[in-house]
This record gives sequence, structure tokens and C-alpha cells, in this order.
Amino acid sequence: MPTLIFLYFAAIIVVTAALVVALRNPIYSALSLLVMFFHVAGLYVTLHAEFLAAIQIIVYAGAILVLYLFVVMLLNVKRDDRYNRQGPVALFLGAVLLTEVVLLTASHGLTVASPGPAADGERVAGNTEAIGEVLYSTYLFPFEMASLILLAAMIGAVILSKKDIMESKSS
Amino acid sequence: MTLPLADLVTMLPELIVAATACLVLALDPVTSPRRRDYLAWMSMAALAACFIVTASGMGDRVSAFGGLVVVDAFAAFWKLLLYVVTGMTILLSIGYLKEERIALAEFHGFLLLSLTGMMVMVSGADLLVIYLGIELMSIPLYVLAGFKRFEARSIESSAKYFILGAFSSGLLLYGVSLVFGAAGSTRLADIAAAVAARGLNDPMILMAMTLVIVGFGFKVAAVPFHMWTPDVYQGAPTSVTAFMASASKVASFGAWLRVMLEGFGGVTPHWTGLLLGLCLLTLLVGNLVAIVQTNVKRMLAYSGIAHAGYALIGVVVAGWAGADAGISSHGVSGMMLYLAVYALMTLGAFAVVAVLRRGGVEGEDLEDFTGLAKRHKGAAFLMLLFMVSLAGIPPTAGFIGKLYLLTGAVRAGLTWLAVVGLIFAAVSAFYYLRVVMVMYMRDPSSDPARHMRLALPPATVVVLLVAAAGVILVGVYPGPFIEFTASAVLP
Repeated sequence: MPTLIFLYFAAIIVVTAALVVALRNPIYSALSLLVMFFHVAGLYVTLHAEFLAAIQIIVYAGAILVLYLFVVMLLNVKRDDRYNRQGPVALFLGAVLLTEVVLLTASHGLTVASPGPAADGERVAGNTEAIGEVLYSTYLFPFEMASLILLAAMIGAVILSKKDIMESKSS
Repeated sequence: MTLPLADLVTMLPELIVAATACLVLALDPVTSPRRRDYLAWMSMAALAACFIVTASGMGDRVSAFGGLVVVDAFAAFWKLLLYVVTGMTILLSIGYLKEERIALAEFHGFLLLSLTGMMVMVSGADLLVIYLGIELMSIPLYVLAGFKRFEARSIESSAKYFILGAFSSGLLLYGVSLVFGAAGSTRLADIAAAVAARGLNDPMILMAMTLVIVGFGFKVAAVPFHMWTPDVYQGAPTSVTAFMASASKVASFGAWLRVMLEGFGGVTPHWTGLLLGLCLLTLLVGNLVAIVQTNVKRMLAYSGIAHAGYALIGVVVAGWAGADAGISSHGVSGMMLYLAVYALMTLGAFAVVAVLRRGGVEGEDLEDFTGLAKRHKGAAFLMLLFMVSLAGIPPTAGFIGKLYLLTGAVRAGLTWLAVVGLIFAAVSAFYYLRVVMVMYMRDPSSDPARHMRLALPPATVVVLLVAAAGVILVGVYPGPFIEFTASAVLP
């Protein structure tokens, strides 16, 4: 059963990832990327990394992808604006990577480990809870530092981009 | 969750600076424009308080937050220096911002946030914390560089700094992740243990070390990672440039040295070779390219690159003589003294540029200095002092800094490196003294469009006098300063 679930997620990931580059309309590409993100999150759940799965959906599907969509829609990208000239480069890089994969599997053999639950039973608390606890105890200091960094970035973005903050225009 | 009170007390200076930064940012919108100066004075008061706290607790090594940060004499030295530099920048900015009509008090809040990052960097005993410190230092600087929001050059400076800064952070992070892979931890002590256990030639450690060196090389503007410096320094508001050239370089060197000695201390033969190469390249390119500059801010940018090369001599000496503690600490303290002196004189030189005005803009071209001695004797004399000191001519601090540093190189058996350093000091005298020559030996232009005036509010006078006094004092009476740095080296 776990193998079956894994195969489902893996197959969808591969197909949607291929669709991202194959589809002509950039909006469709972004949407298939969204489907891929959700299935990657699903893989994380089967590996008992619930926190990572939630982050995957919140950050990638929620924030980054929406940003992509905004950009695509704002820039009004035409269907034909595609980077077709990259074909040869992609072929070359693909060939190199394929050779690498073949060589690696040839030397080490292809072993398929079932993606069963890793070390279950050991962890009583969910890993979200564990991460939260570490974040607020051992790593309290870096955590607070990160909040200061975000504050600086936020105010900085406002300062640099807002058009009419009183003053200076008179100069 | 329990609040680790003792840890918070250890980090009191950081907390004061960060809290004041937030307070300044919060008070800015509700303060009337005429009273904005109060926010600057509030920042100064916070710096003074921090200075007292850090100076009184100096000496003992205390670690906090489970060893993530450490407060020792080495960190305290950099912090004291950073308070002075930041304080001088704030004083310089009060007048400069008015002159440039930048009425954003966020300026001071951002300076303080950046200072918080620098303080965390020099105190960090964990690569994760040091990385966060670098980001907290850099992000406010990216914004500050673009504070002249209606000037294309300033925005260009900000954008360039941001992109290259992000790129270098990426390289550094890649190095950190490899270290984490090899050591299973980002603590410097654990990294040192892993380096000792895995031996000198472990490819993963060496790869990680190289990437960390490249990351820090960007931050201190060592050649070949210096490309961003001239454009960024030239485009940014001059008081910000002064801050970037002095404080951020000083803090990056402090953190870098700790990472190299405490983290990668076991692989010194490898990194001293790399750093020696960086050092020679930096001396060569920095000094030679500075010769052809006609813009004083650009010239000072290349001079800053060249001085990073000198500071690297100290790091190389510290690693070269790894086994001999006496010589190694001579290298470290030589570098510390050199950077302290460098920060003072660079800040002074940039302050003169900020003071000099041609109509509504800064006098940053070499031409603007023509015949300055005839019109403004005081400003010309101060510039003379800073130039002479940057060139390393006695009786100024620059001479003492170079002398002490190069003696360390000779003691470590690197006499040829000391000779190279001297040769490049002679080369540098050419472009520093050219400024002096232009000021003293040419007649001022009679064209009214080139008429220079000085914008000299009292606070700026204080900055210039403090920098000048420091340059002379260390130059004629260096004993206590050398002892002070020697007492603050890394064990």
C-alpha cells in the first residue's frame, strides 16, 4: 500500500513537472506547478514530515506560486513569448544528467526502498510540535534575529518604493 | 518556555540597540519634522549606554543561548569600535541629511538595525547566527544605499548591492550547508572537532571552507569579489558610504577571523594559502586601479579594497604561525589595530567629501578639491591629514597600523610579504598625495559654478575633530592602543 501511494504521488509529480515546461500558456504552466507542489507535500506526509508538508503548501503553493501568477498576469505574457532557442542547451544538459544517472545506477544498482514511515513509534509528539519547541528554546535567538531581518526588509521596501513620502520631491 | 534571563543580560547591548532601533522607527511618523534630530540624539544615547555596558563587562568569556553566541574580549573590541563608528556616522548624517533634503528619520533606525547585525556577527559562535547577523547588517544597508530616492545613481547603487549581496549570501549559505553536512552542527566548536576528526584533506570540508571564504570575501570587498564596491560606494549617500566602508568591513573581518580560527583552525595550511592569494590580488588591483580614479568617492572605494588587502596580511600571519601563539596573536592584534585605524581615517575622509558642497551637490570629483587650501584652510588640512594617514606616512595612525601589521609578517617569516606591503604603500602614496597636491599646489578655479562651500554644522565638526584626533593620537602615542588590541585577541 505505501508503495502504491508513493507511486501515485511520484507519477503525478513527474507528469505535472513535465507539463510546466511543455504547456504553451504560462497560466496553465503555473497551475500545473501548483498541482506538483501539492503532490510533493503529499510525499512529505507519507514520510511523516507533516511540518515540511504544511510549509510546502503555505510557502510554495500559497506565496511563491501566487506571486508567479501575479507576475504572469501583470506582465501579460503572450503565448508565443517562449525561449525556444534554449533547446540545444537543454538537450546537452539533459544528456549529461542522464549519463550521470545511468552511471550511478549501474555502479550502485537500482534499489527501491519502500517509503514506509521512518522511525515511527519513536516520536510521541508530532514533528511540528518538536520543531516549535526547539525554535522557541534552543534557537530562540536566531528566531528573533530572523524577525528583526523581516522587519528591516519590510520597512525598507516601503521606504524605497513609496512615491510620495513628504519631503525630497521639493528638491 | 522559560525566558533565559541570564542570556538576555549577556546580550544587553544588542537588546538596547535593537530596541532603540524599533523605537526610532516607531516614533518617526509621529515626530514633527523639526524635531527629528531628537531621534538621532536618542540613538546616540543608546550607543553611549551600550559603550559603557560593553566596556565594563570586557574581558571574561561568557556564552549565551546554549553556545550560539559568545561575548569575549575579541567581540567586545569590535563592538566598541562599531559603537564609535556608528556614533560618528549618526553625527555626520544629521547635517548631511538636511543638506541632501532627506527627511527620513528611518535613516537612524536602519543604522541601528544594521549595527545590531554587526554586533551579532562578531559575537556569533555558530554559523547560522553569523549568517543571520550578516543579513541583518546587509538588508538595512541595501536600503540606506538607496536613500537618495530621486537619484538614479543611488538607486543603482542599492540594486547592485542587493543583487551581489544576495548572491554572496547564497555562496556563504552553500558553504554553511556543506559544513553542516560534514560536522552535523553549525557551532564553530563542533566544526573544529569535525575538522580535527576528518583530517586535513577532506574534500567536503575544503569545499565548504572555500565557499565560506568566498562569501566573506564579498563582504569585505577582497579582489576578485570587489566588483560591486566602486559603484555602490559612489552612488550611496556619502554618510552611508562612510558607514559601509568602515563599519561593515570591520564587522565582516571580525566575524571572518573568528570563523577561520575557531571553526577552521585545524586546516590553516589550506586557508592561509587561499587567503595569501586573495591578499596579494587585493593589494595589487586595489592600489593600481585607484590610481586612475578621478572621483574621490571611487578612489576611496578602491583604497578601501587595498586596505582590506592589508588587513588580510594580519589574517594570513595568524594562520601561518598557527602553532606559535605569540606570533599568531600578533597577526590578529595587528589586523584589529589596522582596521580600527582604517575605520577612523576612512570615515574622516568621507566626512570631508560630505562637507564639501558645490551648489546643491557634493564635491566628490577630484577637480572640486582644486585649490581648496586657499579657500578653506581647515577642511584642506583635515583632508591632508587623512590622506597622509591612509598612505601610511608618520606621524599618523596609518603609519603605526602598517608598521605593527608588517612587523607581525616579518616575525612569522613572511618578510617578502611585508616588502610587498611596503611597495604597495609607496604606490598608494601616489594617489593619496595627488589629492593633497591638487588642494595645495593649484589655484582655485575662478568659475563661480565651481565655487565650493562647506556645510559644517557643529555635529559634523565633532566628527571631523574626533577622526583627526584619533589619527594623530594613535600616530604619536600608540602604546596603549597596541596593548589594548593585544589583550583582546582570540585565545
